[in-house]
Amino acid sequence: MNLPDYNFTALTPALILSLWAILILLVDLLFGERIQRWLSWLTVAGLLVTGASALSLWNVRAEGFSGMVVLDNFAIVVTVIAMIAGILAVLLSSDYLVDRDLFRPEYFALMLFSITGILLLASGRNLIMLFLGLELLSIPLYVLTGFARPDVQSEEAAMKYFLLGALASSFLVYGIALTYGATGSTDLLKIRDALQNVQVITSTLTLGGLILILVGFGFKVAAVPFHMWTPDVYQGAPTPITAYMSVGAKAGGFAALLRIMYVAFPQIASYWTGALVLLAIATLVVGNLLAIQQSSLKRLLAYSSIAHAGYILVGLAAGNNRGVAGALFYLLAYAFTNLGAFGIMIALSKKGEEADSIESYAGLSSRQPWLALAMTVFMLSLTGVPLTAGLVGKIFVFSAAAEAGLWTLLIVAVLTSVISAFYYLRLVVLMYMRDPINDFGTQVHLTPGVRTALALAVIGTVLLGIIPGNLIDFTNQTLAITTQTLVALVH
Amino acid sequence: MAVSVTNYTVLSAMLFTIGIIGVLTRRNAIIVFMSIELMLNAGNLAFIAFSRAFGSVDGQIFVFFVLTVAAAEVAIGLALIVTIFRSKNTADIDDISTMRG
Repeated sequence: MNLPDYNFTALTPALILSLWAILILLVDLLFGERIQRWLSWLTVAGLLVTGASALSLWNVRAEGFSGMVVLDNFAIVVTVIAMIAGILAVLLSSDYLVDRDLFRPEYFALMLFSITGILLLASGRNLIMLFLGLELLSIPLYVLTGFARPDVQSEEAAMKYFLLGALASSFLVYGIALTYGATGSTDLLKIRDALQNVQVITSTLTLGGLILILVGFGFKVAAVPFHMWTPDVYQGAPTPITAYMSVGAKAGGFAALLRIMYVAFPQIASYWTGALVLLAIATLVVGNLLAIQQSSLKRLLAYSSIAHAGYILVGLAAGNNRGVAGALFYLLAYAFTNLGAFGIMIALSKKGEEADSIESYAGLSSRQPWLALAMTVFMLSLTGVPLTAGLVGKIFVFSAAAEAGLWTLLIVAVLTSVISAFYYLRLVVLMYMRDPINDFGTQVHLTPGVRTALALAVIGTVLLGIIPGNLIDFTNQTLAITTQTLVALVH
Repeated sequence: MAVSVTNYTVLSAMLFTIGIIGVLTRRNAIIVFMSIELMLNAGNLAFIAFSRAFGSVDGQIFVFFVLTVAAAEVAIGLALIVTIFRSKNTADIDDISTMRG
């Protein structure tokens, strides 16, 4: 009997992470409350080990399980982004949970399982793997969203997220079924080969499959018009989960979309670039315009996360190597910046009093100068001001769009980022130029976890902003290899 | 008359559409969820039909995975619905919904 070639190397990071999740459950079972306060650090250790194992396989390009999974540089970059989101979110979680009597060890295990889903989405090269990865990412997230029960908002958010997430999965499944019907395979490379045939390209099944797959992932990355769930879910979920979701779910969704579009569907690029341009324009306009009128910071960041999905879509729509590199860099920059912004919210919140109202940030600079400064850095980076990571990300995706000649999209993207300055900078103005209206921010206890997370986020945001030259070279070099593996590899 | 793969595809498309209509028109969370299950099963039917037409098992394997994942989703989904029913005494989506804007 011949056993297929497993090659577990290709799954190393995902295996380590899922085993670590089980380890956390076991450790809790054996030691119980005695080690409760160390659990978050144990989780962070797991994420660090996973990240290191992924980086040690740089340029190795392992392929396993008959081409089901492939660990190339693209997958490793996404893995690193997922690790950053995971580490920052876990560091922000522990004390938040303890304060609100929500501390249960399953929280960390669920989080690791969800991150494993991102890793599978990043390295899956078969639609079966991508579907499973998406579900592994989503199902723990539904539970985590409702983790603050019996808080009614959290339950409502979990329910909405679950129903719309399941709806998105069913679109995806049907889309995959149609693609299978058109091409006879779920393997991305075989789909690509089948699409050499003109009859297959013009078949209704191919087009229907492509559209439904786009809809399915559109829900996950919160692209307009599939964004309706985002503000409610972000508002209701526990803040550290919102922070993780805003980056993690996006990274996973975009990684899978990139791989599907670039590996399986390059023959019909004219179809999907057109669709992505429309999605990107709608997402940019709606996200940025609706963010202006928000009075809740969490909802503002929700609409802002929709808008940022739009900028990443600009990179995807460009359909060139620079676009892939730009989308990845943007996700990396966004991971540091957005988790940082949520981190400030968490630092200023206490039980029963979330730091959610934008008005209450007035005069924060006089009470918490360091937190106000950090928040300013994050807001500037989200706006895209020089010397921050956000600007480099934007330049990257904008230049990709220019290279592809998508001028309308480029103009919309630039104009909407000017609009976004209004609502991001309003917060900065409030913090520095107004007097405090209540005792908000007078008693803040910064725990080591939150301190570490905020420091990492600020350092990441600034470093990615001031060494862009080297980094772009580095990323370009990487992505020369990455996109080669993504686009040029056939067998 | 033999039943061809086209017939199955059309049937699955009809089931999928009925599912979408159910999701859009029904307000009870459990019925909405059932409609979503119908959409998933429409996908499964299409997979089986194509799989048989091609004489390959890939599609059938996919159906196994979809069934497994759907089972996991049911477990989580019903748990969430029960939780929210306990605190709000209703499973009506419009009544549950308080967050706006």
